[in-house]
Amino acid sequence: MSTPLYSWGRFPRRPQRGHGCVWLDELPAQIDRVIGAHHSSLPYGNGRSYGDSCLAASDQVLHMRSLDRLIEADWSTGVIKAEAGITLAEVLAVAIPQGWFLPVTPGTQFATLGGAIANDVHGKNHHVRGTFGRHVLGFGLLRHGEPEVICSPEDHPALFAASIGGLGLTGVIHWAQIQLMPIRATQIDTTTVRFANLAEFFALSAELDARHEYSVAWVDCLAKGAETGRGVFIVGDHAQYGSLEVGQRKKLSVPLTPPVSLINKVSLSAFNSLYWRLHPSQRKQGRSAHEPFFYPLDRILHWNRIYGRRGFQQYQCVVPAANAEAAMGELLRTIADAGQGSFLAVLKRCGDIASPGLLSFPLEGTSLALDFAQSEALENVLFPRLDDIVRAAGGRLYPAKDAHMSGVDFRRAYPAWEQLEALRDPSLMSRFWSRVIL
Amino acid sequence: MKTAVKKVLIIGATSAIASACARLWATQGSDFFLVARNVEKLQQTAADLKARGATHVTLHEMDANDIEAHPLMMGRCLTALGQIDIALIAHGTLPDQKACERDVHMALKEFANNCTSVIALLTVLAMQFETQRCGSLAIISSVAADRGRPSNYLYGSAKAAVSTYCEGLQARLFKVGVHVTTIKPGFVDTPMTQGLSLPAALLAQPAQVAQRIVKGIANKVPTLYAPGFWALIMLVIRSIPQPVFKRLNL
Ligand SMILES: Cc1cc2nc3c(=O)[nH]c(=O)nc-3n(C[C@H](O)[C@H](O)[C@H](O)COP(=O)(O)OP(=O)(O)OC[C@H]3O[C@@H](n4cnc5c(N)ncnc54)[C@H](O)[C@@H]3O)c2cc1C
Ligand SMILES: NC(=O)c1ccc[n+]([C@@H]2O[C@H](COP(=O)([O-])OP(=O)(O)OC[C@H]3O[C@@H](n4cnc5c(N)ncnc54)[C@H](OP(=O)(O)O)[C@@H]3O)[C@@H](O)[C@H]2O)c1
Repeated sequence: MSTPLYSWGRFPRRPQRGHGCVWLDELPAQIDRVIGAHHSSLPYGNGRSYGDSCLAASDQVLHMRSLDRLIEADWSTGVIKAEAGITLAEVLAVAIPQGWFLPVTPGTQFATLGGAIANDVHGKNHHVRGTFGRHVLGFGLLRHGEPEVICSPEDHPALFAASIGGLGLTGVIHWAQIQLMPIRATQIDTTTVRFANLAEFFALSAELDARHEYSVAWVDCLAKGAETGRGVFIVGDHAQYGSLEVGQRKKLSVPLTPPVSLINKVSLSAFNSLYWRLHPSQRKQGRSAHEPFFYPLDRILHWNRIYGRRGFQQYQCVVPAANAEAAMGELLRTIADAGQGSFLAVLKRCGDIASPGLLSFPLEGTSLALDFAQSEALENVLFPRLDDIVRAAGGRLYPAKDAHMSGVDFRRAYPAWEQLEALRDPSLMSRFWSRVIL
Repeated sequence: MKTAVKKVLIIGATSAIASACARLWATQGSDFFLVARNVEKLQQTAADLKARGATHVTLHEMDANDIEAHPLMMGRCLTALGQIDIALIAHGTLPDQKACERDVHMALKEFANNCTSVIALLTVLAMQFETQRCGSLAIISSVAADRGRPSNYLYGSAKAAVSTYCEGLQARLFKVGVHVTTIKPGFVDTPMTQGLSLPAALLAQPAQVAQRIVKGIANKVPTLYAPGFWALIMLVIRSIPQPVFKRLNL
C-alpha cells in the first residue's frame, strides 16, 4: 500500500497514505497504531467519493479495502454479513447466482460496503426503496479506545443513525449485515424515450416513476434556449424471465493521466448532441444486462484520468419538489451559458421514503449531478452561482461529491450536523468535516 | 465446469493467494481441509468460503515446520475428505535478506520454512497421491527461483530447490496419473509484500493470480507463471549472461 490514495475527482490533490489491514481481528490494534502515530485518521473505502470527504485531515487513512470477506450468508433469506471493505461488485458476484441483488446500488459497483453506508448512497430506485441505509440490519463499529459497539435500529440507535451517512466520523464500520433483494433475472427490461425540455422530463417522471423500479434521465447540459433540459429518460425493472448472470464485461482502461483535460467544449457539445439524437423520440422497449444499465462508467477503469492532472469536481444537488422544476431550469441555463459541464448530467427524482441516517443526502425532490474539469473559474464564478440557486430553492449538495460547499451552506442544509459532531469519534477527522465545521 | 464436489487440501490456507484460489473452488462447491498456524485467521477464511458455497470446511492448526505433525495432519485430512482431488501448498515467508546474511540461524530458519517444510510435506503427500492414482498437486514457488538475485537469493534458492524437487516429482507421479503444477507468481499485492516498493505496473491482485492458478491446475499445466507475462520477463532474465547479471542491481 505504498502508492498514494486520492479521492475520485483527484481534487483536492491531497495524497493519502493508506494503512491497510487484512484481518478483522487485527483491526483494533491497527487503529490504535495509526492513531497513536498520527493522532487522527479516517476510514477510507475504495475512494469512489469525488471530493474531500474520504480524505483524512491528517492525510493518514485506514484503508479498509482488504477486509473483503463474507462472514455469513443465508441464501434462504438473502441476509448477508460481510467485512466492510468488500465491494458491491464482490457482493453481487456471490449474490446473483443465488437469486439476490443489491436493494440499492449507486452508479458504481466499486464502492465498498462501509463506504456505501457512510454516505448512505442512493440509486435509481430511490423513489421505491429509499437509501442504502434502509437495508442495513446492523454493523460493528470500532471507536478508538472503546470496545466494539454493535449498532442496529434497536441497539445503540443513536450511533446507528449517526453512522449511516456519518461520513466515516462516528467510528470505523468493520462489518455490516444487509438484507438483499430477490430477483428472478439480472436482465433489466427498459423503456427509453427522449424529451425535448424540462417540462417534458417532469411529466414523464410523474407518469412513469411510480410504475417502475428504476428511473433516471441523462440531460444535455450544453443545450440552450428552447432546448434547455433536453435529454433521455430511462426506466427499468428486473426482468421476470431471463437468467442470473454475474456481469464480467471486459473492462477498458485509461492507462495514464494526460497533462490537460481531454474534455472540452467541442468534444462535449458534439457528444451530447449525438447522444440525444441517437435516442428514440417514441417510447422504445428494450432489454439490458445489469452492468451497462447500472454501471456504464465502470466499463472504463480509471476514467477519472481523462480530466487530466488537475482533476475534476462533481456538482450534485437535490432541490425540494415544490421548487424543483424552476430551480433545475435555472441551474441548467446557468451551466449552459458557462459552456462548461460534463458529457451528460444526471437528473433523477428522489422519493419521500425517509432515510434512517442523520445526515443522508436525498430529500423528496429532484437531484442533478454533473462533472466539471477543475479550474479556478469553476470555484470563483460558476459554483457560487449554482449555490445561490440551490440555496434559494431550499436544496442541498451531496457531501460524497463535494469539494467546495461553504460551511454556512452545509450547516444550514444539514441541521443535524451538531448531533453527528457530538457522536464523532474524536480521533477521526476528514478534510471535508474540518472544512465545513471548524 | 459443474463436476462432483472437489476435495481440496490447502497448506498455508490463510495466505492471500491461497484464499483467493479457495474462493474460486468454493463457488464450484468444494469440500476443504484447511491447514494454517493461526486459528483466528483460519476461522475468518473458513467463514468466507462457507458463505461462498463451500460445502464442508475442516480446519486444522499446524505449523508447517512441525514435521512430526505432518502424518497426523494427513490422517485427519483423509478422514475429513476421503480423498484429495487438489492439494495446494502455499505457505511461505519473505526473509529479510540483509539480516540473513549476518545471522546463520535466521537464514536456515527461513530456508526451512520455505523449502525443507515443503519437501517434508511433499513426501507424505506424494505417498498418498501414489496410492490414490488421481488428483492434482500444486506448489507455490516463485519467479525468484529462476535466478539468484542479490536482493533475495536466500528466498530464491529455497524456492529453486522446491521447483527442482517438484520437477522430479512431476516425472514420478505422472506415471500414476497424478499431476503436479509448479506455480511461479510474480509480484502480488499480499501481506507478504506490504511495505515493499514494487513497480505498480507489475503488481498483480491475488484474485487475478488465482484465476490463472485455478485454471492452470485444471488444465494440468506443469509450470505456471502468474500473471502470464512473467513467463516472458523471466525468459529474458534467465538469458542474461552471468557476467552481465552479476553487475545488475536486481
Ligand atoms: C461513477 C460513480 C457513480 C456514482 N454514483 C452514485 C450514485 O448513484 N449514488 C450515490 O449515492 N453515490 C454515487 N457515487 C458515490 C459513491 O457511491 C460514494 O461516494 C461511496 O460512498 C463510495 O464508496 P467507497 O467505498 O469508495 O468509499 P470512500 O469514497 O473511500 O469513502 C466514503 C466515505 O465513507 C467513509 N468510509 C469508508 N469506509 C468506511 C468504513 N469501513 N467505516 C466507516 N466509514 C467508512 C469514508 O470515511 C468517507 O467518509 C458514485 C461514484 C462514482 C465514482
Ligand atoms: N506475494 C508475492 O509477491 C509472491 C510472489 C511469489 C511467490 N509468493 C509465494 O506465494 C505463497 C503465498 O504467499 P502470499 O503472497 O499469499 O502471502 P501471505 O498472504 O503472507 O501468505 C503467506 C502465508 O504463509 C503462512 N505461513 C508462513 N509460514 C508458515 C508456517 N511455518 N506454517 C504455516 N503457515 C505458514 C502465513 O501464515 P501466518 O499468517 O500465520 O503468518 C501466511 O498465511 C508463498 O509461498 C509465497 O512465497 C508470493
